[in-house]
Amino acid sequence: MASMPSTIHSPLILGDKNPSDVTNDICASVERGPSLSWWVAISISSSMLLLGLISVAYQIMTGIGTWGLNNTVGWAFDITNFVFWVGIGHAGTLISAVLFLFRQKWRTSVNRAAEAMTIIAVMCAGIFPLIHMGRPWLAHWMAPYPNTRGPLWINFRSPLVWDFFAISTYFTISFVFWYVGMIPDLATLRDRLKAGWRKTTAGFLSLGWNGSFRTWLHYETVYLLLAGLATPLVLSVHTIVSWDFATSVIPGWHTTLLPPYFVAGAIFSGMSMVLTLMLIARKTMRLEDYITEQHVGAMCKMLIATGGMVAMAYLTEFVTALYSNSPYEQFAFMNRAFGPFSWAYWIMVGCNILSPQILWFKRARSNMLVVFVVTIFINIGMWFERFVIIVTSLHRDYLPSNWTGYSPTWIEIATLVGSFGLFLTLFLMFCRFIPVIAMAEVKGVLSHGRKNQ
Amino acid sequence: MAERINRLASNRRFLLAIFSSENDILAATADARDRGLSIADVYTPYAVHGLDKAMDLRPSRLPWVCFALGFAGAGFKVWFEFWTSATDWPINVGGKPWNSLPAFFPVTFEVMVLFASLSTVAAFLLGRGLLPGRRAKLASPGVTDNEFALVIEETDATFCLDEVTARLRVMGATSVEERVEQESV
Repeated sequence: MASMPSTIHSPLILGDKNPSDVTNDICASVERGPSLSWWVAISISSSMLLLGLISVAYQIMTGIGTWGLNNTVGWAFDITNFVFWVGIGHAGTLISAVLFLFRQKWRTSVNRAAEAMTIIAVMCAGIFPLIHMGRPWLAHWMAPYPNTRGPLWINFRSPLVWDFFAISTYFTISFVFWYVGMIPDLATLRDRLKAGWRKTTAGFLSLGWNGSFRTWLHYETVYLLLAGLATPLVLSVHTIVSWDFATSVIPGWHTTLLPPYFVAGAIFSGMSMVLTLMLIARKTMRLEDYITEQHVGAMCKMLIATGGMVAMAYLTEFVTALYSNSPYEQFAFMNRAFGPFSWAYWIMVGCNILSPQILWFKRARSNMLVVFVVTIFINIGMWFERFVIIVTSLHRDYLPSNWTGYSPTWIEIATLVGSFGLFLTLFLMFCRFIPVIAMAEVKGVLSHGRKNQ
Repeated sequence: MAERINRLASNRRFLLAIFSSENDILAATADARDRGLSIADVYTPYAVHGLDKAMDLRPSRLPWVCFALGFAGAGFKVWFEFWTSATDWPINVGGKPWNSLPAFFPVTFEVMVLFASLSTVAAFLLGRGLLPGRRAKLASPGVTDNEFALVIEETDATFCLDEVTARLRVMGATSVEERVEQESV
C-alpha cells in the first residue's frame, strides 16, 4: 500500500516545488539586496537597541539603585524580563527537537527561524541577571574554577547556580543544534553564491560538506541524538527557572505546581512569538508557499493546547491555596486577583486565557490578521504573567508594616525596550544573511520524485 | 595488457551517474548493489531515507559516543560537586548535609547533556573530516541543490564499462561519465 497516494494529507509545501525551486526560493532572500522595509525595520530596532545600551551603561555606572526596587520588592521588572525571554526561547526547541521526535514533518518550514529565535531570546534573557548582579564584571564568579579566594567553590545547592548551568547549557546546545542543522544549507549557499566574502564565509562554515550519504547517515543520527537530549533539556531549563521561585518560602511561589506551570507557559509564549515573527516573515519575504495556512493552523492548535494548560495552572493555584487552609497562601491569591495589581492580573487572564479561545474556529485560524492579533495579545499577557507572579507575591510581605508598591523607573523600561531592540535587530540580521528555512529538510518532505507519488 | 594493469594500480577509476529524483537514485543504488558493483558513495541534496539499506551501510555508532561521554560527564560532575561541597571547602548552608545529593542533580543533568551533545557533534565532525575551511570535493556542482549522484568504483578487471553505463541509463541516469582519480601516495 506504500505506493498509494495520500488523500488524507494535503501537501506541506504548496506550488508543486522541486528541490531546485526550493533552493532558488529560499536563497533569493539572501541573495537579493535588502528591501526598503528591512531598512526601516532595522533602523527602528537598532535605535531601540541603542536606547537599551545607553540605559544599561548608565545603570551599571550608577548602580541598580536606579531601579524602582525597594526593601520589600527586591525582584521585579528585571527578573520578569529574564523569565519572559527564556520562555520565548522554549518554542524554538519544542519545534526543532520535540516535534522532530514526534515526526511532525511540518516543523521543517519553521524550525530554522524558531531556533534562531531561541538563541537570540536566550541572549536577551542573559542580559538581565547579569545586570542584576550589580557588578557584572564579576560574572565569572558563577563558574566553578580554581580561584585565589580559597579556592571557594560555588554553592551547588542553590537554584540560582542551577539556573546559571541550565541557561548556559541551553544556549550552547541550542546554538550547536542550530549550526549542525545549517551545515548542508551553508554548503548550498557556498555552491551558488558568486565569489565574494559571503561565498568565502559560507565555504569556511560549511566544513567541506559534499552531500555524501555516508555523512548524511551519521548526520541524521547526530540530529536525532541532539533532539533526544534537547527535549529533556528544555523541560529542565524552565523547571529550574521556576525553582528560583518555588524553593523560596514566599506565598504564591512556594508550590510544586510551578515547574509544569512554567514549562507550559514558556512553550505557550514562545509559540506565540514564533507565530508573530513567522507571519511577518512569510508576508515580507514571500514565503507563503512554504509557511502555509496548514503550518499556521498547526501552531494555532498548539497555542490552544498550551494555553489550556496555562489556564489550568491559574485555576489550580487558587484551588491549592483554598485547600491548603494557609491564610498566607489564600491572602496572596486574593491579593493577586483583587489587590492593587489586579489590573495586571486581569490583563494576564484576558490575554492568555480568553484571547486564544477564538482559535478554536477554523475561520479564525485561517485569517492571518486574526492570528497575528491573538499572538500579540499572548505576548503581552505572558509578560504580565511573570510580572504578576513576581511582584504580587513580594509587595505584600508577612509584616504589614513592610507593605509597599512598585513602579518601574524609565531606566527599567528603557532596558526592556533595548532587549526588544536586540532581539529584533539580530532576527533581522538572521533573515538577511542566513536561509530562513531549512532547505535540506524541506526538500526531504516535498512530494516531488518520491515513492508515494 | 601490462599497460592496463599498470594504469589500474596507479589510478582509481570511478563511474559517476547523475539522477534527478529520489526514486531513481534509490532504485539505481539498490540495483547496483544487487549486481555486486562496488558503490563508492552516493551524494544527495538531502537525507534520502532508505539509501542506507540500498547501500548496505551499518547504522552509525555515534550513540555509543553519546552514551559514554554523557555518562562520564554526569559521573564527573557528581564527584566534583561532592568534592567541592563536602571535602575541599565544606560550607554549612542552612544546615543541609555536606553531601546534598538530591540538590546536586539539576547541575549534574545539565552537565550530562552538555558532555553528551558536544562530544557527539565533535565525534561526528572529526570522524567525517568536516573541519572549518575544508574545501569540498564535489561529485557534481548540483549535489547540494537538486542532483543525486551515484559513484561506482571500477574495482576489478571484469568491470564492463559499457554494460554498466547502459544499465545506469536504463535506471534513469541523466548523465554517466568516467572519472579517474590520481592515487596520491
